[in-house]
Amino acid sequence: MSETTDREMIRVEGLCKSYGSLEVLKEVDLSVKKGEIISIIGPSGSGKSTFLRSLIHLEEASAGSILIEGEAVRRADNKSVPDAKIRQHCRKLGMVFQNFNLFPHKTALGNVMEGPVTVLKKSRADAEREARALLDKVGLAGQAMQYPCTLSGGQKQRVAIARALAMEPDIMLFDEPTSALDPELIGEVLAVIKALAEEHMTMLVVTHEMGFAREVSDQVIFMDEGRILEMAPPDKIFTSPDHPRIRTFLDKMI
Amino acid sequence: MSYLIKSAQYILEGGAVTLKLFFITLAFSLPLGFVCAMAKTSRIRAVRIVMELYTSIVRGTPLLLQIFFVYYGLPILLPGLRLERFSAAALTFVLNYGAYFTEIFRGGIQSIDRGQYEASRVLGMSYVQTMTRIVLPQTIKRVLPPVANEAITLVKDTALVVVLGIGDILRNSKEIVSRDFTIVPFVIAAGVYLLMNYGVVLFFKKLEQRYSVYE
Repeated sequence: MSETTDREMIRVEGLCKSYGSLEVLKEVDLSVKKGEIISIIGPSGSGKSTFLRSLIHLEEASAGSILIEGEAVRRADNKSVPDAKIRQHCRKLGMVFQNFNLFPHKTALGNVMEGPVTVLKKSRADAEREARALLDKVGLAGQAMQYPCTLSGGQKQRVAIARALAMEPDIMLFDEPTSALDPELIGEVLAVIKALAEEHMTMLVVTHEMGFAREVSDQVIFMDEGRILEMAPPDKIFTSPDHPRIRTFLDKMI
Repeated sequence: MSYLIKSAQYILEGGAVTLKLFFITLAFSLPLGFVCAMAKTSRIRAVRIVMELYTSIVRGTPLLLQIFFVYYGLPILLPGLRLERFSAAALTFVLNYGAYFTEIFRGGIQSIDRGQYEASRVLGMSYVQTMTRIVLPQTIKRVLPPVANEAITLVKDTALVVVLGIGDILRNSKEIVSRDFTIVPFVIAAGVYLLMNYGVVLFFKKLEQRYSVYE
């Protein structure tokens, strides 16, 4: 449903991750093109979140390589990349967490301004103007001066999305953005993500919302036991997946 | 009446010494506690071990003994290092309260959710930025109640400097008591301590109110 170009935004090869003897990711490969929207589905513990978190270096992979817009943040030869470089390249990625992780001591506006002021060294006036525009975009212009503890879950998550967008990322990562929300609040968050999709933002979304995955994605990845079992357009995954495991999973979801 | 005023005046002169010690101790032991708390959560093992030794020894021995040690013991260990009485007392108090604040701040820092570090990280913030902008401001709110407790204890602990013959509230009161065979000065001293701690409590209450705007 979105326009993709051939420009490669993320390239992952042979990514492995283990905790002790437990292998969480086993030789994962992925290429993400500009404007592409990819949903990652699969059972709990299949490594979906770990994979997403490895991309932005919240988890240190144990083997494989990660290129973000051509720049290595993890090298196949295991040579370490300096932390400053990793932070610089990972800034092209924005991340939204399941539990929002808003800064409780800052207002909604303060949360959105924090990155631009502290990291991008923007003036407070510029940062505030842009932050207010972003809050308006996610429908929270009226809540700018409120602290997170006074916001609903859906509002918190929308502030978190605005906070990530304030860093002007090229790619957005969503880690189960609606899993911590009451059912009636899921819609407002998905609407914001859909609006981003219409702007051709490159996105990776780990989700349990099958309807959303089917409607919005260009590609759907099914992960199981640390592997990508199948990656295909949503119609194929949801109607005629190659793998019987996927059908079993989807049957249980509905 | 003039006797009472004269006594009170003399005791309040001691109050100046007590206050001086109180503020010097807080001014140095709070930053010391912050630095040591960071060191105690450091990734370097040797640093953590040194900090563990510091807090264990200081918190595990009586403050009174530490005062004796710094004033009488240090000059024996390190000839030439003879501290004047008030300096010796102040140094001891700073080191002693620094150790308690280290533990309070360490607990506070470690109680901050991992998600806060992750959110800072994905915004591209460095470790120092994460600590100063995100973690420490939230830590301050959480440690206010235990820090207030320590400050109250400190007001009373200052009375220990009597053993070095420093003219604080308690010593000045005691002088009048011995001279005039009356316990009135002790009552006045108690009143002064109570008043000081009332100020401390009020101060921290205001501070807590200021931080109560969020969660």
